[in-house]
Amino acid sequence: MVVGCEDVWREVSNYVDGELDPSLRVAMDAHIAGCRKCRAVLEGTGNIVELYGDERLYELPVGFSQRMRARLEENMPRQRGTAWGWMVAFAAAVLAVGTFAIANSAAVVQSALRSPHAQPGVHVPPEMMVVVADGGKTFHVQGCRFIHDKTVRSMPAEQAMKEGYTPCIRCMKKYLNATALWIPAPVLLDAHGLRGNHSAGE
Amino acid sequence: MMPARTSSPVHPVENEAEATLIRRIRNGERELFYELVKPYERRVYAATYAILRNEADAEDAAQEAVLKAFKNFRQFREEARFSTWLIQIAVNEARMRRRREHPDVMEPLADQRDEDGSYVPRDFADWREIPSETLERKEVREKLIEALATLGEKYREVFVLRDVQQLSIDETAKALGISIASVKTRLLRARLMLRDLLAPGFGGSWTSRLSFQKGNKPW
Repeated sequence: MVVGCEDVWREVSNYVDGELDPSLRVAMDAHIAGCRKCRAVLEGTGNIVELYGDERLYELPVGFSQRMRARLEENMPRQRGTAWGWMVAFAAAVLAVGTFAIANSAAVVQSALRSPHAQPGVHVPPEMMVVVADGGKTFHVQGCRFIHDKTVRSMPAEQAMKEGYTPCIRCMKKYLNATALWIPAPVLLDAHGLRGNHSAGE
Repeated sequence: MMPARTSSPVHPVENEAEATLIRRIRNGERELFYELVKPYERRVYAATYAILRNEADAEDAAQEAVLKAFKNFRQFREEARFSTWLIQIAVNEARMRRRREHPDVMEPLADQRDEDGSYVPRDFADWREIPSETLERKEVREKLIEALATLGEKYREVFVLRDVQQLSIDETAKALGISIASVKTRLLRARLMLRDLLAPGFGGSWTSRLSFQKGNKPW
């Protein structure tokens, strides 16, 4: 079979797609081998197919995916009774029960003072920020000169009391039960043998 | 002389992960639909852009197409590929918009010619270099998109479905509602016209500024 240039131009697309009869393909190959123009047409057509088939050709506009997702979500009907929905509801219930249990356990800790001999605080503003040392028994206002432990934690007074800490008898003296009896601080300190012997790490 | 390009194989589903997603969505987890669409976002956009030739219109049509696919998901039959089904919806959406918004646009004169008339290439610039890295350059991508936009509608649509979207000849024919013979004729003409438009640039003036990878011909 002998083919000419016009045959090649008519069949070049099928050639690139691999849809040629084998005998025609052999004949075209023979022609193209000796024809510069047809070789240029064939290779150029192959390049076109290659270039336009590359997914890098079209760039998505910035934010395209987010907008697409938002549009879908706007039109998403509310799901009722799906497995996923029930799982979410169950997880929420577990979380609520767990939180309640933790709160209760914290209340139990609150009653166990770290120092059985210390006086619990009264009318301590619960949101007042205080500092404690992990190994200590009392809580202090920040800057209390009787804090000797370098590693202290800051927290609301309410939390400190829940964890069993008691007020520092120096910086927190106005919140001690004893203050209700108007015992002068120096006397109180002497009575506990604590004057000049206090630290957050006691 | 060279290995031929083969038609893309027709798989019922693209992969196992996609099959699982489809099954879960059918079973009620409709919120997963975006995960199913995400790998094809770019193709959906490319299809609508190639037809509408405007970024904002193309994005809006792409969103609308995905929304229609979501609402009509029950109509999707797994004998077809999901991507093909989605692209067909996108093409239909874009064509419908173009006709609605530009009902008076006439087809370019070239489109009115007899499809059976042979096309004679105008340019024979030697273009043997494979521009494997050239698509990294924005200017090249713009040239390609501009060239495609100059084709008449019926050539552009066939070319986009077959060569940009990689649908088979048969899928392209079904998507456009035309015969396989018409797809082949239009595809040939579209490819040759694009080659004529782009070969001078790739074969000459652009090559001095582009870093082509030599000696690597995948087809």
